[in-house]
Amino acid sequence: MTEKKPFKIAIASGKGGTGKTLLSTNLAAYLSQTRSTLLVDLDVEEPNDFIFIKGTLESVSDQYKMIPEWGEDKCTLCGICSNVCKYHAVVQLGTFIAVFKELCHSCYACSELCPELALPMQKHKIGELSKRSDGHLTFIESRLEICEEQAVPLIHQTHNLVDEDYNKIPFQLFDCPPGTSCPVIAAAKNTDYVILVTESTPFGLNDLKLAVETISKLGKPLGVIINRHGIGNNDVESYCAHNQIPVLAKIPFDRQIAKCYSKGELVYAKVEHVETSLRQIIKYLDETHGNHE
Amino acid sequence: MKIAFTATGTSWDSMIDPRFGRTEFIVLHDEESQELISIDNWAVKNETHGAGTATSQKIFELKPDVLITGNGPGDNASGALKHLKMKIFVNAHDMTLRQAYNNYKDGNLKEI
Repeated sequence: MTEKKPFKIAIASGKGGTGKTLLSTNLAAYLSQTRSTLLVDLDVEEPNDFIFIKGTLESVSDQYKMIPEWGEDKCTLCGICSNVCKYHAVVQLGTFIAVFKELCHSCYACSELCPELALPMQKHKIGELSKRSDGHLTFIESRLEICEEQAVPLIHQTHNLVDEDYNKIPFQLFDCPPGTSCPVIAAAKNTDYVILVTESTPFGLNDLKLAVETISKLGKPLGVIINRHGIGNNDVESYCAHNQIPVLAKIPFDRQIAKCYSKGELVYAKVEHVETSLRQIIKYLDETHGNHE
Repeated sequence: MKIAFTATGTSWDSMIDPRFGRTEFIVLHDEESQELISIDNWAVKNETHGAGTATSQKIFELKPDVLITGNGPGDNASGALKHLKMKIFVNAHDMTLRQAYNNYKDGNLKEI
């Protein structure tokens, strides 16, 4: 039997606070009752899936990026490094070469082109990956170090690690950062399907449109989940219908969900209609993208 | 003393550019020779990153004793400028270079 490639689903949104974490954690936990599931928290600047997914901590590993370190004794102040740096991360200040690690994109140009080898690349910690397990659920949290500005390198590294080490887990969910900028693109790029979580408000619709444009440019199939359904208006549904975007589920606006969520509890076990929504989503994904059991 | 300004133009009547990294011009006044020279900083417009450190490098090459600007340099630029023994005065936005210079002389600008 040939091994199936895992089905990778990105859970994203244009607008923040629409329910990515609610959906990611509940869908992952619900799926893991019947099949082996991986949940990856890629919202590296503020990962919070851990509040809802307990499990046993199995490992923590440091993640690094490479940045140049100036070797004053070898340097002849020729200026090549500062001229070649597109990001002005290496700057010649008189007889001093300053390296700004926050600006460095690890392109190696300064280091490779230095005739005196005075800028060797060094490891610099940018974040941590932790792995937790709970029955059929494997949970990876990717967390950026405080004061680090670049989420993208860490997101790439997390995807690479998942590709290498967790290829056998058939169902993989990636909780993405909000917005439509580079971190979201880095998080969604390496997936097969994108779920956009939104709400039926003007803000929700505006940011949904931006997210649909972004994800369409990546050439990914996508579906929408309307959260807090019942508030706002029908414009999100009209927009989806008009653009032939499937609406996978509508999760009603319900105080009970907020109550559970605020206590750090999974919602589907306590609120029946949430479980119904999850079943609908899984049914849709299985029917349109193959059965991954 | 050499005084540098972040400026939106090249003369004494130009306004101070409140931005440090993305200032349009750097104007340098040499109090001894009474010269006023300007450096066009338009190239940073195309930079998405590192405008502050790029502008710092240009200022470094001018070696001024004093910098008069608006909002003040950000963290990266400050990190670069600390290698230069230069006094930095801020909050000179909404002033022409001449007004900013006079205010500096009268001790009315905030030093950081």
